Amino acid sequence: MRDVAAPIVEIQNVTKAYGKLKAVDDVSLAIPRNAFFALLGPSGCGKTTLLRMLGGFEHTSTGRILIDGEDMAGIQPNRRPVNMVFQSYAVFPHMTVADNIAYGLKVTGVKRAAIASRVEEAIAMVRLDGMAARKPDQLSGGQRQRVALARALVKRPKLLLLDEPLSALDKKLREEMQLELVRLQTEVGITFIIVTHDQEEALGMASEIAVMKEGRILQIAPPRELYEHPTRRFVAEFIGASNSFPCEVLAIDGQNARVRSPLLGELTVERSAPDVTSGTLIIRPEKVRMDFSTPEPTPGEALIRGTIDQIAYFGDLSIVYLTAEDGSRLQCSRYNVSRIAAPDPRPGTACTLGIHPEDLLLVGD
Amino acid sequence: MESWRAQPAVFWAFVLPGALWLLLFFLVPLGLIWILAFGERVGPVQIDITWTMANYLAVFDPVYVGLFWRSVWVATIATCIALVMGLPVALAVSFAPDRVKPILLLLVILPFWTNILIRTYAMIAVLRTRGFVNFGLEYLWLLGKAFLLPFGLDEVVMGERFEPLTLLYNNTAVIFGIVYVYLPFMVLPLYATLDRLDRSLLEASLDLGAGQIRTFFSIIVPLAKPGIISGIILVFIPALGTFLISDLLGGTDSLLIGNVIERQFKAANHWPLGSAMSFVLLYITFAILALRAWLTSREEARARA
Amino acid sequence: MLGRSPVGPLEYTRRLWLRLWLLAVFVFLYAPIVILVVFSFNDSRRNIVWQGFTTDYYVRAAENASLIEAFGNSLIIAFVSTILSTIIGALLALGLWRFRFPGRAALDGAAALPIVIPEICMGVALLVFFNRVGFPTGMPWPLNLAPIVIGHVAFSFPFVAVVVRARMIGFDRSLEEASKDLGASEWQTFWNVTVPYMKPGLIAGGLLAMTLSLDDFVITFFTSGPGTLTFPVQVYSMVRFGATPEVNAASTVLIVVTVLLTVIAVRWQRPDKEVAKLG
Repeated sequence: MRDVAAPIVEIQNVTKAYGKLKAVDDVSLAIPRNAFFALLGPSGCGKTTLLRMLGGFEHTSTGRILIDGEDMAGIQPNRRPVNMVFQSYAVFPHMTVADNIAYGLKVTGVKRAAIASRVEEAIAMVRLDGMAARKPDQLSGGQRQRVALARALVKRPKLLLLDEPLSALDKKLREEMQLELVRLQTEVGITFIIVTHDQEEALGMASEIAVMKEGRILQIAPPRELYEHPTRRFVAEFIGASNSFPCEVLAIDGQNARVRSPLLGELTVERSAPDVTSGTLIIRPEKVRMDFSTPEPTPGEALIRGTIDQIAYFGDLSIVYLTAEDGSRLQCSRYNVSRIAAPDPRPGTACTLGIHPEDLLLVGD
Repeated sequence: MESWRAQPAVFWAFVLPGALWLLLFFLVPLGLIWILAFGERVGPVQIDITWTMANYLAVFDPVYVGLFWRSVWVATIATCIALVMGLPVALAVSFAPDRVKPILLLLVILPFWTNILIRTYAMIAVLRTRGFVNFGLEYLWLLGKAFLLPFGLDEVVMGERFEPLTLLYNNTAVIFGIVYVYLPFMVLPLYATLDRLDRSLLEASLDLGAGQIRTFFSIIVPLAKPGIISGIILVFIPALGTFLISDLLGGTDSLLIGNVIERQFKAANHWPLGSAMSFVLLYITFAILALRAWLTSREEARARA
Repeated sequence: MLGRSPVGPLEYTRRLWLRLWLLAVFVFLYAPIVILVVFSFNDSRRNIVWQGFTTDYYVRAAENASLIEAFGNSLIIAFVSTILSTIIGALLALGLWRFRFPGRAALDGAAALPIVIPEICMGVALLVFFNRVGFPTGMPWPLNLAPIVIGHVAFSFPFVAVVVRARMIGFDRSLEEASKDLGASEWQTFWNVTVPYMKPGLIAGGLLAMTLSLDDFVITFFTSGPGTLTFPVQVYSMVRFGATPEVNAASTVLIVVTVLLTVIAVRWQRPDKEVAKLG
């Protein structure tokens, strides 16, 4: 029995180079057992390459990949204890749903009787009862994805890889499948690694998220920490929206820093990481207080005067875009908590913004 | 699509030239030989249409039936060889890196730009008794002999003199020639289907534990079936009707139906019989095409079921 | 560095056995042609063993008046038939693509026939046709080539139609609607929107028609009248008398001319790469 606390996947200094271009650049990463792990980043950041290296479809240029303690170098995809749900689902068009799900068992020599019962189980698990005899072209996109999931899970892999699994679905179905994937993951207890460029998807499903940019990992953290404690400006801006203020660091004091910002004055703020000694101040739009009456600062609060440029109304919330007195652009979101509240102000209205220093964070550039 | 009535002038301008050309220079000529097949020769050039079945009955003479039979099996063997040779080539081309792909594709197509007669003629120098295949074999024979000389086995195993193989003027030469001339016809449709094949299907198969060979037979072959069928038809039908290849490379015992048809229209001057033979050949062709149509419709019906 | 990285699961082209297979097939396809070309320079009447380099046989082929005439005729036939097939085929493709009309399926099916039926059937049918309808024979040059051109067009234009139609499948009809919406007439729309989109298909189709014409033997053999000299038929009668370096020389010239023509055609297509990408 292997150590349960040992990570299921260890990626050690992995680089993938295509000529001069490094798709994955010296990435090291450990994924704990039973995690729902997301690789998040803009397109071309190397997340899919990393996933395909786990599946055995790409070779590492340098570095090692260990799955459950075993080095995967030179092991063909069909010999790896991992299975993949492809972005296009890759459901075999010439086979029925049941044949698709049975395929992976059949080719690895599982007994006929065992196949039948396991396929039935898998069909029930992904809620495709009654569809066993259908061909893929008679299924909807969501159903095809369920086939791809069942086909991979029926093999009881140590690792399930999902390559942008929800990108081809419409919004409603995507939300439904998000819940479904989380349910499945808890049910089967297999580590899921999902690649996505959609931050909401990652935040909503994953237990841990790695944010990638240009082949490197910028931060690995659980969703909440990633949102409230981004270490880099890129992470802060890629995940959710944020307002940023240039600043000058005057002194460093343990976790905190004394900074001076042209707009906010001199304040003490938290540093996002021990190595951050300079950078930018950020604050999330929903943490900015907006006021139209005479400014009355609460203790410690910094005040900014601005003018409203534009308002985007989304139903549950409205996003207000403003220009501050020094010309910088800010945004601030307001939840429409009451049905009978006063309507949003009109563009051109002057207002005051209140910012609490504890909501600000000093992030590295 | 819009109704032709919406713009009759444009419609006629588009369709008329092609339709007329097809009618006048394809359908009418075919109709003529269809009628001629029911004719009787009464003079050197005089043929009376008496609606006799004698010509079709003559085709069922054992000699001609044997010829048809030989044409069918020569074409079948050649098609099988072309398929086995062509499938790996198509696979290699469609999976080649983007920068190599056009070059490989060009290499497959390039022989098309050489007249079929020249290509067939080129085969003669390769296959004849004093041709390059035999030169190569003789070289190997000499090597083998030199190798066995120290053991004193050279005369026993290799014989005293090199006996060149008779490669030309027989059925083998005809089959060889057909494969040589029509191989690109096999590779191109195979390439077209394989190139459109979703790569992730193959990756999925490997990912699910199937080996390369298993993946080839359970995923690639079934999904490439339309291309395989097209390739088979594109090689088989011209092979069935070839007369040039068997004329130049075949011997007296490897006449194919195409040679006999040609003879009826040129040397033997028996047009009604030649017409009947042509139509039997056409009916076989139609039967093959109908078979394909039936196969695909059955496939579609099964997909819908 | 790329060459030494391990072979990926789908990198079939990098597998050794497949490379050897490719090599063997290409040797099979090219060795006979290369040998033919090399031996056109062989200084030997019997032309079996290499005797020494000479260009004598090119000179002899060039002095062979009927061979030269046949060569010229074949090029003219290919040229005229390419132009006619491209126009007729493209128009038919557009008609079938755009319009709904009674008999559409029948026309579609009939147009596919010349592609699939054995060439010899079409050859003898055309032979009988020109003979029976009393097509004037013994006409002055170049009118005596008309039956051959007619035959070549008849089997080439359906290929052009297939290629052009395949191209048109990807065409977005709303482009035409947009053009008309912006005030262009039917004719302007056709010329400024439809034709540019169709162009790669036209060029590919035209190239195919030219290749088919230059490659053809059977139809030419059956449609050329007794006095008409064409290259394949001329070479055929020479081959029947025996393989001589002169035949090799003439063949080499035809190969070179065909390849040159095709290369020029492909080059000419180049500037349209962008259009192809847009499509």
